[in-house]
Amino acid sequence: MTPVPYRSNLRMLPELGEVTSMTQNETTLESEIADRVFRRGEDSAILRMSESEIQAYKPQDDRRMVVNMGPQHPSTHGVLRLSLEMEGETVIRSKPIIGYLHTGMEKTGEQLSYLQGATNVTRMDYSSPLFSELAFSLATEKLLEIEVPERAKWIRMLMCELNRISSHLLFQATNGMDIGAVGAMIYGWREREEVLRLLEKITGLRMNHNFIRPGGVAADLPDGWRDDTLQILSNLPERLEDFDGLFTGQPIWHERLQGVGVINSEECLALGVTGPLLRSTGYAWDLRKDMPYLHYDQVDFDVLVGTYGDCFDRFAIRLNEIRESIRIVYQILEKMPSGDYRTQDKKITPPPRTRIDESMEALIHHFKIFTEGFKVPAGEVYVAVESPRGELGCYIVSDGGPKPYRMHIRGPSFTNLQVLPHMLQNALVADAVAVISTVDPIMGEVDR
Amino acid sequence: MTEIDPQEDNNAETETNSAIPSDQTMYEVPISNSRGQTILHPDRDQYLDTIKKLSEDGFKVCIDVTAVDYLENPERDLPNSISPERFEVVINLLSHQKKERLRLRIQVPESDPVISSIFDFYPGSEALEREVYDLFGIEFEGHPDPTRILMPENWNGHPLRKDYDAGAIPVQFKNAPGAG
Amino acid sequence: MPNVPFLGDTSRVADEGLEGLDHNFLTGKIEDLVKWSRTRSMWPATFGLACCALEMMATGAAHYDLARWGMEVFRASPRQADLMIVAGRVSQKMAPILRQVYDQMMEPKWVISMGVCASSGGMFNNYALVQGVDQIVPVDVYAPGCPPGPETLMHAILQLHEKIESGEITRRRDQRDGGAGIIVEQRDGQTATQMIIGQRGQDQ
Repeated sequence: MTPVPYRSNLRMLPELGEVTSMTQNETTLESEIADRVFRRGEDSAILRMSESEIQAYKPQDDRRMVVNMGPQHPSTHGVLRLSLEMEGETVIRSKPIIGYLHTGMEKTGEQLSYLQGATNVTRMDYSSPLFSELAFSLATEKLLEIEVPERAKWIRMLMCELNRISSHLLFQATNGMDIGAVGAMIYGWREREEVLRLLEKITGLRMNHNFIRPGGVAADLPDGWRDDTLQILSNLPERLEDFDGLFTGQPIWHERLQGVGVINSEECLALGVTGPLLRSTGYAWDLRKDMPYLHYDQVDFDVLVGTYGDCFDRFAIRLNEIRESIRIVYQILEKMPSGDYRTQDKKITPPPRTRIDESMEALIHHFKIFTEGFKVPAGEVYVAVESPRGELGCYIVSDGGPKPYRMHIRGPSFTNLQVLPHMLQNALVADAVAVISTVDPIMGEVDR
Repeated sequence: MTEIDPQEDNNAETETNSAIPSDQTMYEVPISNSRGQTILHPDRDQYLDTIKKLSEDGFKVCIDVTAVDYLENPERDLPNSISPERFEVVINLLSHQKKERLRLRIQVPESDPVISSIFDFYPGSEALEREVYDLFGIEFEGHPDPTRILMPENWNGHPLRKDYDAGAIPVQFKNAPGAG
Repeated sequence: MPNVPFLGDTSRVADEGLEGLDHNFLTGKIEDLVKWSRTRSMWPATFGLACCALEMMATGAAHYDLARWGMEVFRASPRQADLMIVAGRVSQKMAPILRQVYDQMMEPKWVISMGVCASSGGMFNNYALVQGVDQIVPVDVYAPGCPPGPETLMHAILQLHEKIESGEITRRRDQRDGGAGIIVEQRDGQTATQMIIGQRGQDQ
């Protein structure tokens, strides 16, 4: 069955531009100055006080007050706490307070071997766990200086793009609910369940898969995966049209999202913001296109950018990135080679279970790999991938032992959250929820 | 599986990568190479100047600020002119024009764990530096908001240091002799 | 055919209306009525913290509908909630807030500890996490899994309903002097297969 490449349907979104690679953007417009993010004093958008100081703080002006939002609140973005200094309904300064989900994963990463490491990092960004696993595995493989087989790379790309689809669908669901359309949860989850079912068939788990491991992937694709994937891909575009009809053209969406939470590209670059947030400002930077990893240079897709840097652009970009991912998955289906799904290096890959009964060597390798772990030569490396939230990087320092000496994940949501006070400045508090939801932070990778 | 001999990288004479000039410095700072990635090693005093030069040279995005505690691994590959200290602050920069990454590693001694903040060049480093302060205890001079970010405010100690115990509680099994 | 409890045979209601009922008095013990009403439409409080929160949302979504039991409304205000599903890992910073939310809930209230991180600290046995939410709040049902799929969560909720309706839960709470501490089996993943082929028994 010849897959029909699906081009993005952009006719409902006239503001969205299409570029295929980063353009040299040297001129800085008047509106593109990053002045306000450098401010340190009272005129900054960030309420720079410690938690105890905020509690004791009494603003001079009678009309101002400090209101606490979270960490337990119905906006389903996890445990984010916001301190808002408000004058009436307008937010003047704010401070995101995080740390309510701090799990000490980087410390745990130093206690687990490289084979176990993927189970740890996968729980950081729990909405798109395969990307964290991919970053960790790519970093380990770079340290080991091994090449994974072609089929493993294509399987990784397939899994990651499917995960991108499920993560963006989750965004549609939670964004809709935060704006007020509680039914969006049902719509978003309907499609997400189908993708999760396919992921469960391939990896064994619906979430936190521990599938992409150093050396390749954990298991080969099961029989019938092609038909299942094609079925999802053929159902999705029509359901995305549903989303368009329900959300994109709707006046309520326009009123609530357009012009809200505006940020420009210079500010984003100064703050280190990446992902759909940066692309919504009109700056086309996508690691898959500009610094390709795996085989993203062999598939054809567009990098979507917005024009105004507001919430509506971010919502539209994420919706259309689903369509781009569908396009990529069709191409992956065509190009998937046959071969090994993990490297055959005996020192790294555990042997198949049946061989353990037959060969003493296999038994010893299995024992060593699972109890002690394979040793990785000393050095340090940083590898980044483009997750649905932005640049997800993994920095590993190895001292030649079987466990990482230092494992650090650069979570995109952590840096992206810094943009929140600037977006909320002089916005109404009702917009705060819309802004947080389009920034789409996942607190697991913020707090680690 | 090839192994890279760490001693080789220390030798200033060997050319490890064609992208690195043979005098082995970039932006007047010694460099090293790890798996094909270039790393700059400025002193604490040279640090802000190097950042200034890099930010003017197209490295407009500060991707990551983190730190490593080398208490248990003092031997590591560094250029000959750099003396190892307990902490290393690692800065990761990205240039969109050149599509290149650059890493900086600055040695910070245990006795005086202070380093300048790069907030004035990269405001995005604010939260990242707070995290390094929280988890390692390295103070950033000139940081607008030097408070803890991940641990509770009244927490004692800096968890990611090597001498800070992971805090694992032994698992108690039901009906085990002596178990609670 | 429909032989409804308390009302008996209701097959003639379609033709005769309420006259067709055998008796239109309901008698029962107050205790039974109270237990019945406590089980129905038990509103959960939103306490989704980490990955388990996504599975909790999936349980509330259309595929594994929680609305069948009237539980799709996750109340943000703890005053309006009966059930607290602690979904996710509880860090040291979050622990006082967890207790505060629990204290604000009105009696009768129940707690389901969803996932291994909430039940025992999970795979993160370190300084940052509370090793089991039962150190802070009394837990009635422990649902294992990392994360427990919607089927396991539903099994946990239904077990809770059953135990409330049978009165077992108050008996266990008195016995343990705290939460009831019912541990349910995982209904998805590897254990699911074993249950289907009959190798694992039903839980208590």
